Amino acid sequence: MTDPGWIDLALTSARPQAMGALLRYFRDLDLAQEAFQEACLRALKTWPEKGPPRDPAAWLIFVGRNSGIDQVRKRAKTQPLPPEEVLSDLEDREADMADRLDGAHYRDDILRLLFVCCHPELPATQQIALALRIVSGLSVRQIARAFLVSEAAMEQRITRAKARIGAAGVAFETPDAVARAERLGRVAAMIYLVFNEGYSAGEPEKLDTPFCAEAIRLARLLLMLFPAEPEIMGLTALLLLQHARRKARFDGDGQIVLLEDQDRSLWDRGMIDEALVLIDKALRHRAPGPFQIQAAIAALHARAPTAAQTDWLEIDLLYQTLERLQPSPVVTLNRAVAVSKRAGPEAALALVEPLADVLSGYFYFHGLRGGLLKQLGRYAEARDAFGKAIALATSTAEAAHIRQHLDSLQREMAAGRAPSAAP
Amino acid sequence: MLYAVLCYDSESEVCAWSKEQDDKVMADLGAVNQRYAEAGKLGPVARLMPTTAAVTVRKGATDAIVMDGPFAETKEQFLGFFVVQAETLEEAITFARELSAANPAHGTYEIRPLQYFMPGVPIA
Repeated sequence: MTDPGWIDLALTSARPQAMGALLRYFRDLDLAQEAFQEACLRALKTWPEKGPPRDPAAWLIFVGRNSGIDQVRKRAKTQPLPPEEVLSDLEDREADMADRLDGAHYRDDILRLLFVCCHPELPATQQIALALRIVSGLSVRQIARAFLVSEAAMEQRITRAKARIGAAGVAFETPDAVARAERLGRVAAMIYLVFNEGYSAGEPEKLDTPFCAEAIRLARLLLMLFPAEPEIMGLTALLLLQHARRKARFDGDGQIVLLEDQDRSLWDRGMIDEALVLIDKALRHRAPGPFQIQAAIAALHARAPTAAQTDWLEIDLLYQTLERLQPSPVVTLNRAVAVSKRAGPEAALALVEPLADVLSGYFYFHGLRGGLLKQLGRYAEARDAFGKAIALATSTAEAAHIRQHLDSLQREMAAGRAPSAAP
Repeated sequence: MLYAVLCYDSESEVCAWSKEQDDKVMADLGAVNQRYAEAGKLGPVARLMPTTAAVTVRKGATDAIVMDGPFAETKEQFLGFFVVQAETLEEAITFARELSAANPAHGTYEIRPLQYFMPGVPIA
């Protein structure tokens, strides 16, 4: 009961709600953070003796608010008075305390806390760092290590991001339905960024970073707050399905293992099952969105007992729907993979070639194009494409993967084998 | 008599467990289960997925209405259950105490004597 590890866990899980409420009181990220920190210190002192409170978040909000008010008063003696609305907000504390602690605001509090992290002026890496710091409560050191930068550099990055948010101002009034939907969409996109930072780097070491697990936790949190939002179900399902494959994505030497070659017994069935239920739930709403469709595509892979039994036709159709909803050359590129499985490399190449202008700087474009050309026996062009891919690889694992293609290409050319799939 | 021991806890806290923490809790609870199973006293045991994966079917004016999740904004959620055979209430409480000791979270175990029990068939 008094194991500090479990107190940490209680503090972590209460954090979004408590930080969200403190941000609403103080309207200042730093002050809210200091107040929360102070409340946590007191919790570490008193909880082991008295046992945890019934409602840890309410306890932290109450204690944090009082300590924050003290802080504001102390500053007021040495500094000019804070703006009137902050002061007046502090005056009525007894009167509306009960109202403020009843949790009625907690949904918008947490959404706001997430929303300040995804300010459009902030670059993706700053959004991610801020969310991990402010909402998840990771230490600057943990975040710095995950991003492979120094602690000082990360501290600076976070400070700069906070200054930018402060300058931009955040809407503290309770959002209406339209504003809430917009916030939800932006927050969902930010959570996906956090996940991708851990997932798409193509390095096995990244699997141990907190990005993916934290993103899933944030997605679940958002879904608990908005249990009837099909796109949030889709987002959560998509993250679970991708994360379910983590143990199968790299071999013992850190080499990338493609989906079709992965050992499916290594996939996390618990995560897959939860995701499949979420997709079923989302589909009942008949309001398809990009996250739901991507999740449905990932689900078709998860449901296939072997790679050969993948329903490529259905995947192709889902990508076509995604192209209509959210046209993007990358989506078309992904569809080309399904087309190559279902209709052969020539049909896929016809889809890929027109993307050359927009995707010429994209690793996967050249990798896929090279693979298709190789299947068609157009070896010289394939070698050329693989060469471009290697130059654009962002990790050693990616480069090594393409080099394997080049080696097998070299062998086939040396053997003078007749091109197998040429028309 | 048969008792259902129902586990309630904060889902957000349980979902924050790392894989290692979760595995340890399951192993520790499993050890308690093992002893009761070997004594022939333990029936079905289940852990539920998060409430975010749930729907609720409620009687409507004409048709039943299906809603997402249990909407109740409670601090603790129903997370799982055990069916145990106990001679006395005291014995059922002992079982729940052992589960509580094995579980580092601060949730509660509610003990409900069963009025009707159908063990069902082994599910394929």
